[in-house]
Amino acid sequence: MTFAAVGAALPGLLNEHLVSILNGLAVGMLLFTMAVGLSLIFGLMDVLNLAHGAIFLLGGYVAFQVIVGEGQSWLAGLAVAVGFGAVAGLALGGILRPIRHRGHLDQALLTLGLAFVLSDLATIFWGSDFQTIPSPVFLQRSVEVLGQFYPAYRLAVMGVGFALAVVVYLVVERTQVGAVLRAAVEDRAMVSALGINVGRVMLAVLALGTALASFGGVIGAPILSLSPGVDAEVLILALIVIVIGGLGSIPGALVGAIVIGQVQSLGTALVPQVAPFALFGAMVIVLAVRPEGIFGSR
Amino acid sequence: MRALAPGRAARLVQLALVALLAMAPLLLGDFRLFLLTEILIFGLFAASLDLLVGYTGLLSLGHAAYLGVGSYATALIAIHLTDNVFAGIAAAVLSSGVVAAATGWLAVRTRGVYFLMLTLAFAQLLFTLAITWDSLTHGANGLPTPKPTLGPGDGGGALDGGTAFYYYALVAFLIGFGLLRAIVASPFGRTLVGIRENEARMRSLGYGVARYRLAVFCIAGAVAGFAGSLTVQHSNYMSPSGISFEVSTLALIAVIIGGRATLVGAVLGSAFVFIIRDELSSAFNEHWRLVLGVVFIGVVYLLPRGLSGLPARTGLLSRRIQTTAGGSA
Amino acid sequence: MIPGIERVSPTVLELSDVSKRYGDLLVLEAVSLSVDAGARHALIGPNGAGKSTLFHVITGTERVTRGRIVFGGKVITTLQEHRRTQLGLGRTFQQTSLFDGLSVIANVELAVQQRSGLAHRLFPSSRGRTRVNERARELLELVGLEPREAILAGALSHGERRQLDVAVSLATNPTLVLMDEPTAGMSRDEAMSFLSMIASLPASLTILMVEHDMDVVFELATWISVLDAGKLIADGTPEAIRGSREVQDAYLGEGEHIAKLFGPV
Repeated sequence: MTFAAVGAALPGLLNEHLVSILNGLAVGMLLFTMAVGLSLIFGLMDVLNLAHGAIFLLGGYVAFQVIVGEGQSWLAGLAVAVGFGAVAGLALGGILRPIRHRGHLDQALLTLGLAFVLSDLATIFWGSDFQTIPSPVFLQRSVEVLGQFYPAYRLAVMGVGFALAVVVYLVVERTQVGAVLRAAVEDRAMVSALGINVGRVMLAVLALGTALASFGGVIGAPILSLSPGVDAEVLILALIVIVIGGLGSIPGALVGAIVIGQVQSLGTALVPQVAPFALFGAMVIVLAVRPEGIFGSR
Repeated sequence: MRALAPGRAARLVQLALVALLAMAPLLLGDFRLFLLTEILIFGLFAASLDLLVGYTGLLSLGHAAYLGVGSYATALIAIHLTDNVFAGIAAAVLSSGVVAAATGWLAVRTRGVYFLMLTLAFAQLLFTLAITWDSLTHGANGLPTPKPTLGPGDGGGALDGGTAFYYYALVAFLIGFGLLRAIVASPFGRTLVGIRENEARMRSLGYGVARYRLAVFCIAGAVAGFAGSLTVQHSNYMSPSGISFEVSTLALIAVIIGGRATLVGAVLGSAFVFIIRDELSSAFNEHWRLVLGVVFIGVVYLLPRGLSGLPARTGLLSRRIQTTAGGSA
Repeated sequence: MIPGIERVSPTVLELSDVSKRYGDLLVLEAVSLSVDAGARHALIGPNGAGKSTLFHVITGTERVTRGRIVFGGKVITTLQEHRRTQLGLGRTFQQTSLFDGLSVIANVELAVQQRSGLAHRLFPSSRGRTRVNERARELLELVGLEPREAILAGALSHGERRQLDVAVSLATNPTLVLMDEPTAGMSRDEAMSFLSMIASLPASLTILMVEHDMDVVFELATWISVLDAGKLIADGTPEAIRGSREVQDAYLGEGEHIAKLFGPV
């Protein structure tokens, strides 16, 4: 097929699969909230946080408890969940502290154990049935997009996701705090020599990363539903995202998340048999051709 | 009183353990014997993972892939060709070795977290394949398989009943485990430890590190496939859940809890995992994962050498050996 | 090259026109250099002269941007590090690089078994294993570490680690050993006993070392090459180097070295 033929087919594709494409973008943005924290934490601390998926799931459950269980407002649920995520990050920092000198293997193992514990705790409190948070009332309607109706809530998720990406990018690339962070990724000893408390920078990034994951769990709950197993699923997808995009790169996490979102959604709509393989196939190809990821630098 | 040489004492302990395993059918009921069979088979699988994680320093999160390939190969052979156990094992070892070579070719070029993620990706890929390739695997419904036989033709020398199969599995386990022991004690095994300890220096000593990594990846994969074959022969059923992320994780947890780079630790760890899951689960209100996770975290924190490092830490083993020596003198 | 000096021994290592560039930075510029068989060849130069980079392109840790490296009659310019070792190019490390979790003897055995073709064997003969063990003991004896063979490498003193590093390197049966600042961080006594150990090594072994300590250089070296700002500015016998104008200029900024190099004026 020539490029011209692809070009001619595109408008048709867009019409026919607009919903899939939009769904893919919404999923992609959810993955981004997971992946960006995972990626930053790894870049800064060399720790692969395998409990990240569990925090995503628990964040969703906490908000579910506040909104559905206690009947509080959506915003209150979101705030409590994000606060919970940040506290979880600080706790994680404390838990990792005694074995920081032991190398990434033991630290990854510790987070794996935490993932086991957290996801089982979740089933103790919230059972194994599907739980869902209804979307906020003012978003419970459809909006016309290119002649088709689409849930306003999912559009909002996309918007929030993009806004988040821009904010995180600007903070890391353009602010003093970000400069310290980037320097610490490059050379930890040098930054400590400048009199900056690297430990505190790490804690801040951990808290930010896990708060974002928790945030993702809340805004994802109306779309994905919460149940045991979702944690491992989003974790694996987020890992693929950062491997494709490049560990430690924010634009990489964004592009990777969008690609994986589309493979998951549009890919499944177009070629249902191939899509699941495309997911891992993409990762394998990227690792074979460009092991540092599309935006990675090593 | 004559002191016993440490090497001889260790050998005595080993012999006693094997004797105990040989007498197990006399001591245990059906349910416990079934559990012990499972532990031996899974222990062999975990020990093959220890070759990667403990000895070579390669953290794999997708070792179940090779177990699964072996299981499916055995299941398919048993359904379509013959229910002879040796044919099933040969097919399993061969196919899992080949799949390990194909995937390992790429995986061994990566390090640390990238290796972890690639192995995870391969396993998920195979898991997905097992679910979607309905005509071959019957998808999530899985494949029931006929009972295995030892004899040449179909139905001859059926491994019927728990005790017969237990002895079969015990012999298979001892062969597989003995092979792994020989490997880690060999110059090749020392080479693996050298790679774990200081990869850069190994290269400067003239070692083509990638080749050795690939070799150990294939061996670990083939032994995992062997264990996969036994798994299917034992349960007479295979489904994609046998390749799931949780299977890979449980093996990793078994290795770490038991003590990495010991092989025997992987088996002890498997026993620990299965006993918590099957024996004590009701006591924990089915929340065995929580208990396992807490123990696992505790071990990572406090016992980097795992449970099998515990006796050395407390001096328990040396005291026990002295007692044995005193008794035999 | 300083004119008038005859070199008679065959060449072990020859660098022709070797350049190394990192982005805009030219670290080595058209360096041509040969190392004679049996030489105790020292590579000196002020900080940042490119000594380490030169070292790394020879061992294969880094690739040259341009030029050619011939070792033992074979072009090794693009060969991987472990292939160069197999051809007989050994090295010791500035930061001693050992297997800390293994015993002293096991460290040497790992190197010996590679050389004896045992490394990939799953079921070696017991004779093969005995040979490996005996050879490892010989080497430990050579560097004077024999009494410490059962100790974990991680528990050795700094000087002992250097000795073990040499034994491990020698175990690969090299014809040429590259030593990266072998006496750095040693006490005076340690350095002296280390030097006498090096001096006792077989004369057939060629040694190329990067060294800062001029006492060490003039004690041991039979040939000296001087690198400055990525270029080879002098190459000759210790006597010739002592008298070289260019070398004095290169070291002018570093008074400390001048004093060391030429003695009190």
